[in-house]
Amino acid sequence: MSALLEVEKLEVGFGRTAAVRGTSFTVERGETHCLVGESGCGKSVTALAVMNLLARNGVRRAARLAFQGEDLQKLNDAGMSRLRGNAMAMIFQEPMTSLNPTYTIGSQMTEVMRRHKGASQRAATDRAADLLARVGITAPGLRLGQFPHQLSGGLRQRVMIAMALMCDPQLLIADEPTTALDVTVQAQILRLLATLQRDLGLGLLLITHDLGIVARVATRVSVMYAGEVVESAPTAGLFANPRHPYTQGLLRCVPVPGKIRRDEPLGSIPGTVPRVGPDFEGCAFRDRCDFADDTCSHAVPRRFAAPTHDFLCRLPA
Amino acid sequence: MKRGWKNIATWVGAAIVGVAAFAALFAPLLVPHDPFLQDLGKRLLVPFWMEGSDPQHLLGTDQLGRDYLARLIYGCRISMMIGVTVTIVSGAIGITMGVLGGFLGGRVDDVVLFAITTRLSLPVVLVALAVVGLLGSSMTILMITLGLLLWERFAVVARSTTMQVRNLDFVAAAWCAGCSRWRILAGEVLPNIASHLVVVATLEIALAILLEAALSFLGLGVPPPLPSWGLMIAEAKDYMFFSPWVIMIPGVCLFVLVLGINLLGDGLRDAFGARTDP
Amino acid sequence: MLRFFIRRLVVALLVAATVMTLAFIMTRLSGDLATSIAGPSATQEDIEAVRKAYGLDRPVITQFFDWVGRATMGDLGDSFFFKRRVTELIGERMPVTLTLGLTGLVIALVISLPLGILAAVKENTALDRAVQIVALLGQAMPSFWLGLLLMIVFGLKLGWLPISGTDSWESFIMPGVVLAFSAVPALTRLTRAGMIQAMGSDYIRTARAKGLSRASILLKHALRNAAIPVVAIAAVQLGFMLGGSIVIEQVFALHGVGFLGWESIAKNDFPVVQAVVLVLAVIYVGLTMLADMLNAVLDPRLRGA
Repeated sequence: MSALLEVEKLEVGFGRTAAVRGTSFTVERGETHCLVGESGCGKSVTALAVMNLLARNGVRRAARLAFQGEDLQKLNDAGMSRLRGNAMAMIFQEPMTSLNPTYTIGSQMTEVMRRHKGASQRAATDRAADLLARVGITAPGLRLGQFPHQLSGGLRQRVMIAMALMCDPQLLIADEPTTALDVTVQAQILRLLATLQRDLGLGLLLITHDLGIVARVATRVSVMYAGEVVESAPTAGLFANPRHPYTQGLLRCVPVPGKIRRDEPLGSIPGTVPRVGPDFEGCAFRDRCDFADDTCSHAVPRRFAAPTHDFLCRLPA
Repeated sequence: MKRGWKNIATWVGAAIVGVAAFAALFAPLLVPHDPFLQDLGKRLLVPFWMEGSDPQHLLGTDQLGRDYLARLIYGCRISMMIGVTVTIVSGAIGITMGVLGGFLGGRVDDVVLFAITTRLSLPVVLVALAVVGLLGSSMTILMITLGLLLWERFAVVARSTTMQVRNLDFVAAAWCAGCSRWRILAGEVLPNIASHLVVVATLEIALAILLEAALSFLGLGVPPPLPSWGLMIAEAKDYMFFSPWVIMIPGVCLFVLVLGINLLGDGLRDAFGARTDP
Repeated sequence: MLRFFIRRLVVALLVAATVMTLAFIMTRLSGDLATSIAGPSATQEDIEAVRKAYGLDRPVITQFFDWVGRATMGDLGDSFFFKRRVTELIGERMPVTLTLGLTGLVIALVISLPLGILAAVKENTALDRAVQIVALLGQAMPSFWLGLLLMIVFGLKLGWLPISGTDSWESFIMPGVVLAFSAVPALTRLTRAGMIQAMGSDYIRTARAKGLSRASILLKHALRNAAIPVVAIAAVQLGFMLGGSIVIEQVFALHGVGFLGWESIAKNDFPVVQAVVLVLAVIYVGLTMLADMLNAVLDPRLRGA
């Protein structure tokens, strides 16, 4: 059986900028796959490209882009819109601005189901109330009649999640869903996502820059840098045996209570992410890498540390 | 591409305004005939593109035998003169009010806002007509009346830009350095709002010209026999069904001039990055 | 919420009071009103008679308070020329002006909204530029000239529409179009800007992610937000149209309030002139308050919940 989502060598460009230079990953049913990396590495763009929600001047190309075996590149916008909100759903980072301020929560939720499933207003409202309760919102009936500005950020994000689930999606893409929220709320939302994912058997593609989140919820991780996936592995494997220098650097940056010493500086990776054009050759990390040499400016091979653990580096172990 | 089009449009506008300014300044030298000279034997001659035209009168003559081209050129002078003068007067009033309100805030600002609201509620054409009707039609009265009525845009933009600038860091720095209010006003605020006001000024000139034309059309604007384009259209109204060019020509001139000013103003606004709406 | 409206009401009343004063001053500017009314060939006796008859021999302050007192009660005096109560006169002519104004507004919206949406959707294309050009042309067009042109083309040459009078609804089409021209540039620009901003917002991205139809995204989600300021401005534009209708009414011989004002100025009928200025100003102020209310009604965030 094919994977839920298959992405192979995805490239996205905006004019002269190559935002994504060949990412490949798969998301299986019931799996939480985290796409992790710093700002500007192309992880959000990857998600948007999968859903075909890129800005007007965005161009995407992929060797393979398939959802439940169906080739997404063959679909025009009308075809994609039948999948979006339906079998594939997405939630975004900014709950404060992601809901239309002029319509009630209820109407924004019910319209998805009425659009895709032809449901009646009654049926859709009932389901909306159910889902609101499911995501931990009390007095769902009241909330349905309220407007977005009457809800807090955390509540709005829960509404976004509930809205995404209205049509029973198989795949849920969450683009940094907790970044804009308070730390305490973050934990709640993550727990909620994990529970839902388990109960509904969803495939969850979670985009984040926070390794802590990765450690907590991910089944599998893909680390992105400058538009490429530089390492991909099951979570445990990545943390136990990081092979790419960037991943190693990232893990060093995360202070672990009890393991850091007072007089030691916090870990960091010197330098900044380079701007890469479409004809960039070699490893994008070489200027910041402690182990790089001349051979790193040529094409970098993809090597395997284990059957499900690959990384993009030329250096010996 | 959009940039390119905007550029052409701006230059076209500038060219139109340039031609009008030239005609306005050098009118006495440019006219082939005296625009006030009546010749009842040569009434309503047709312009050169129609049959039976007189080469002496390129654009024909009006109903009193006056050379049309001459009246057109003088009309341009009158329009431009009124436009510029009214804008200077209304600008002086509006900018002063706007800057004071925006800079001093508090009660002063409340008063300024109230004045703007009151002015906006007045039916301008009616009030202008009433004043001219009561005081008699003369260029001076007309220009003062319009100047006293058309200042609100200046006030609004001056106020909002002043408020913006007032909150910027370099003004706070000047304040801390011990500069007096008036020095800050002159040295920091005014230079920064000037570009926005220049844009408003160009648009106001266009508005003043249109308003004067409307008033003259209704008979209570520029006093005849002075040739205002609006007046020419009004005079030609009785003949418009038989000799449509008599209303076409001054109308087209009005339209083109106002369009040119607007294009120039829009171009200036894009060039300065100015805002004309608060 | 309520406090906001009370404040606005107070300001509105103050504005009305100020306009009342200004209108009074305006009609007294020429100094001796009696002379103007009596006419150029009047004798000193005639002038005195006029002065007595119209209460112009009283001190100015008395006249002023008389005017203010009566106007607040709704008594706008008597017309010298028509020998009737001004309130009656205005009441008679108001329907024409209102019809004209509303026709103009409706036509303006029917033109501006689709054009603005189109320009926003096709932002930066030739179509967008064409729409902006149309807006520019509308701004430069002298309304009275446009009226005359339309008269020649549609009234005379094509004979489709009546060129004067108010016999049928068709008489309002040409004047309505001319009036609309004055509002179309502003409304189109506002719609376009609002739509562009709405379409670039996060909630539209969410709507697309929900797989909603293009029409639904554009017209249900984006327009609903973009329209809020447009509706408010439309109310204000109506105010401007009503105040500025005098030129159009004159050109098309529509006997509305503007035309009444015009006639009265010509005849030095100052009670009518005063009253018309006041009435039009009050209507404008009322419309701006309506605009605020519409804003509050349409934007849930302003409802103070």
